[in-house]
Amino acid sequence: MGTLLLAAIALAGAPAASVAYILAAELVLGRLPVRSRRALRPWVWLAPALVFVAVFLVYPTLDTVVLSVRDATGAAWIGLANYVYAFESREALIALRNTVVWLVLFTGVVVAGGLGIAALAERVRYDAAVRGIVFLPMALSFTAAGVIWKFVYEFRPAGAPQIGLMNAALGALLPGFEPRAWLVGAPWNTLCLIAVGVWTWVGFATVVFAAALKAVPAEIVEAARVDGAGEWRVFLNITLPLLGPTTGAVATAMVITALKVFDVVYVMTSGNFDTDVLATRMYHALFVDQQLGRAAALAVILLAATVPVMAVNLRRLRQ
Amino acid sequence: MRILRRAPVHLVLWLICAVWLAPVVGLFVSSLRPASDVAASGWWTVFRHPAFTPANYRDVLTAQGLGAGFFNSMVIAAPATAIPLLIAAYAAYAFAWMAFPGRGALFALMVMLLVVPLQTTLVPVLRLFTAAGLTGTFPALWLAHTGYGLPLAVFLLRNFIGGLPPDVLDSAAIDGAGAAQTFFRVVLPLSLPAVASLAIFQFLWVWNDLLVALSYLGGRPSVAPLTVTIAGLVSSLGSGWHLLTAAAFVSMVLPLAVFFTLQRYFVRGLVAGAVKD
Repeated sequence: MGTLLLAAIALAGAPAASVAYILAAELVLGRLPVRSRRALRPWVWLAPALVFVAVFLVYPTLDTVVLSVRDATGAAWIGLANYVYAFESREALIALRNTVVWLVLFTGVVVAGGLGIAALAERVRYDAAVRGIVFLPMALSFTAAGVIWKFVYEFRPAGAPQIGLMNAALGALLPGFEPRAWLVGAPWNTLCLIAVGVWTWVGFATVVFAAALKAVPAEIVEAARVDGAGEWRVFLNITLPLLGPTTGAVATAMVITALKVFDVVYVMTSGNFDTDVLATRMYHALFVDQQLGRAAALAVILLAATVPVMAVNLRRLRQ
Repeated sequence: MRILRRAPVHLVLWLICAVWLAPVVGLFVSSLRPASDVAASGWWTVFRHPAFTPANYRDVLTAQGLGAGFFNSMVIAAPATAIPLLIAAYAAYAFAWMAFPGRGALFALMVMLLVVPLQTTLVPVLRLFTAAGLTGTFPALWLAHTGYGLPLAVFLLRNFIGGLPPDVLDSAAIDGAGAAQTFFRVVLPLSLPAVASLAIFQFLWVWNDLLVALSYLGGRPSVAPLTVTIAGLVSSLGSGWHLLTAAAFVSMVLPLAVFFTLQRYFVRGLVAGAVKD
């Protein structure tokens, strides 16, 4: 009951308090001379957002950089030892390697798959249904997707009835197929996890590419067809170049997603069997090993990897 | 001839739809099968020997704590959606329609923060919450999700509010409306489509979040949302698939309902929000 009351206060009270703050501040502003009113008003409206962003994003990011050159408890300066750990210990190197594999394969397959599905679906009348089905996993949490696919990958020894779809389907299709524990053996297990990520995110790429395909001018495509270009020529030489900016935007979003991937690995393997990624290794360093400095160093590496994406975003903003 | 030439396209699309749907159908079917059946045979055999029971749902909702998890997810997600959206709208209004020194630089900062990985903030924020005695409480998650959700919300709302016709705002000013009245009576109502898409995105993002809850709630079962409870069940139940499938489906009910009823806003919100996580 106490919880419900607290939630009701937060749900109704916090927005009401923010409205009251604006009204009260505007009342005060109204009594000031015009010049100071003009100068102060933007900061009144910006203040709540700036405070939250400063406390939960700006300060923590800077503090993490500081913590990354400190020891396990954050008390003493230890130079670059945490970065040496990140680039020399076996477990951190595996996490780094897997994150790179995620970056390349996840991004590549989602972009290519989304483009492929969008281009194929454009040719049939039930295109909206296809897009809807492929987009559906976007609504689900990676936690739920992890359970769904852990069940698909479920393994029973040969001879026993398989209850996992993967082993059963392959057993039915390929004669002499030996059931496998998909999530145990490296490097296949990481590929199996990436497949779950692809299953979840391809719908996003499909929807974005479908919108971009609709915007390709029909006259140009028609003109090429009249000139005798086949379907493939039209797609490769006309459609694809026009989709350049969209491809860039989708790839950027997927790079960020791949860098931060955590839930799917945490739920399906807990990072065991060499499936760790940077985010799960960092969680482990923080909560299991209680190594604040190491966790911070791994976080700084993640942050550094996003800097090029920030630069791209800023350049796009200027245009 | 045409049909023959098109056959591969149809075949590939049907195959893709099957691969996307089969795992979800398998989950749902298994969640309704008796425990012994789930362990003994594949879920697809159910179409030959139908046998269903609601027992798994009864078990997960009460004994396994999913009922409490659902309640906690709701308690976390509702304020964590409402608070950041309103605060972001104030800031977006200032960015779009007020002149002040440093406007460009501050907005650029928001765009940069858009892609800062959550993980970068984990250690310091955890230390802040510990110092304030907030770890393991709902307010910690409301505050954190407000902070994390703001850059995207400010960015998208600024673009939308900035695109409103200036005439409308001017005529409000001529009628003697102050900044507050203009915002609440004109700007906010006109921005509802953007706010709705964002609200759906933010709600689902919080609802589906595992990392933030896991980190700041410290695994206390009494405050754990669905994602944390289910992640715990995955390791404790091992291959108790009759319960795991039911648990996962409980967590999917609300997102699926949103998907089927608000599809247009839902797709727009998720596509707009995809840069974040």
